[in-house]
Amino acid sequence: MDLLLRGVSHMYGDTQVLRDIDLAVGEGEIVCIIGPSGCGKSTLLRFIGGLERPDAGEVLLAGAPPAGSLNPLTYVFQDFALLPWRTVEGNVSLVLEDHGLSAAERRGIIDDVLARTSLSDFKTALPRQLSGGMKQRVAIARALSVRPAVMLMDEPLSALDSQTRELLMDDLVGLWQRERFTACYVTHNLAEAVRLGHKIVVLSRRPGRIREIVEIDRDLADRQQADAKLDAIQRDLWQLLRDEARAADRELADDTV
Amino acid sequence: MTLSDTSAKASAHGEPAGGEASPGAADTRLQPVPFRGGGFRPVRVRFVGLLVFAVILVLWEAGSQSGVISNLVLPAPSEAFEAFRQLVETGQLWRHLGASLQRLIVGWTLGMSLGVAVGLMIGLFSLARAGLMPLVSALFPIPKIALLPLFVIWFGIGEGSKVATILFGSFFPTVIATSGGVDNVDRSLVRMGQSFGLSWWSIVRKIILPGAMPAILSGARISASIAIILLVAAEMIGAEYGVGAFILMAGSLFATDQLLAGVAILSAMGLIVGWLIGRAERWLLRWRS
Ligand SMILES: Nc1ncnc2c1ncn2[C@@H]1O[C@H](COP(=O)(O)OP(=O)(O)O)[C@@H](O)[C@H]1O
Ligand SMILES: [Mg+2]
Repeated sequence: MDLLLRGVSHMYGDTQVLRDIDLAVGEGEIVCIIGPSGCGKSTLLRFIGGLERPDAGEVLLAGAPPAGSLNPLTYVFQDFALLPWRTVEGNVSLVLEDHGLSAAERRGIIDDVLARTSLSDFKTALPRQLSGGMKQRVAIARALSVRPAVMLMDEPLSALDSQTRELLMDDLVGLWQRERFTACYVTHNLAEAVRLGHKIVVLSRRPGRIREIVEIDRDLADRQQADAKLDAIQRDLWQLLRDEARAADRELADDTV
Repeated sequence: MTLSDTSAKASAHGEPAGGEASPGAADTRLQPVPFRGGGFRPVRVRFVGLLVFAVILVLWEAGSQSGVISNLVLPAPSEAFEAFRQLVETGQLWRHLGASLQRLIVGWTLGMSLGVAVGLMIGLFSLARAGLMPLVSALFPIPKIALLPLFVIWFGIGEGSKVATILFGSFFPTVIATSGGVDNVDRSLVRMGQSFGLSWWSIVRKIILPGAMPAILSGARISASIAIILLVAAEMIGAEYGVGAFILMAGSLFATDQLLAGVAILSAMGLIVGWLIGRAERWLLRWRS
């Protein structure tokens, strides 16, 4: 299932947050969205996920969702958003309970998805017992359990320390290789974008417009080692972003005065 | 550039250390760093509470036996205990306690259930909040016992008026605790539920209600104490049986030993209710660290 954005613009009160966003996300593709903080990345993702409606423009889905998809557009949140009163399996179960599945079917899905994310040993653990990295793995397992057509990830690794982030990036690459999921991946971390993105969308500072779309055709599996070409891309992205980021930084400071 | 920078800094630093007037250099004794991190962390100390109770009782009993404390002023604990024993033997205890517990349980349970329901409504619907919250704020501070005569007219002189007093007394704090708890539920969890397409009812039942549970339970503690106070007050105004009625009767006969026995029963009731809610908290909130 493909995702298409046409002329998406939005105002919050008097401030324009997004202007004329046109974007296509193809099936099996990870599209990374980067931009300075406050440029409207999270807002854009909320439009894509149908949690909010833009003032102008439209978000369209092309084609049917995969068979058995319970929730075609599925989020992975920066702060994990796990229910602290439910165990790991209970948290996954939560999103399956409203779909009329039998208890046995649910159990089957949960076991399968926890095995795929190497969480089987933590089935009965509560979120407070888990490290940040494990919590986000649970959130990813939860997202996978509803067989999403597109995963919407809003800075999923930003709350984690850099070592855990590396581990989870490896996990995500492995997962993509097995499942070829489609994702919109918002981040402010250029290394993440270069590591995971087939396409990198660079937004300008507020009002967010698309400044550039960089395509990286190297296979995700081959991006582990130091790579001059990827480094060059990352440097170019930083060149693009640096002035925007500096200006955005000052803008925020002005706002608070 | 940076290298020469740091070396320059190091030598600048080194200079005063080499000087004769430096206070640190003269004193080479090793001292442990003074510890400043203690206190401000309650730890569980067992049996001290019981010990305090026991010491007070022993002193009191000794004072009464030796005549320091006049029997007219305050009966000895042993006398109060004797009165209590008689209550048990004559079967009066169960009569009074049974009547009181029934009123308390019925009134408090109804008040809590209605309070949680209305509190959820106020937390979830803007219209309910706008319409009901001012009403709740206006009625909460009224001492419900002042309304007892009205309740007698409305619900009869029997159980109805007493249960209604307790019900209203525990209703309002529960409403306020519950709606506050709903307001404090992490909105990102609600968003998560919506993003997975959970039904409205599922979000309320599986996200809002458990999220508000800590606030509801601390509301339950408060409303239970209010309920006991109102129970006694209502029973003192007009009841044949009940711990409050028993205390009132003992008081009017100046049977201070019975009066003390009755007060001790109330105190035990409060302790047991508090303990039960503590158990419920530990079980319902076992997901918290
Ligand atoms: N619900 C909202 N109401 C008003 N302003 C908002 C709202 N959400 C976001 N904004 C504003 O829109 C801008 C973009 O926010 P956001 O999409 O969160 O940026 P990003 O995720 O790129 O950091 C920010 O200036 C923010 O203050
Ligand atoms: Mg954001």
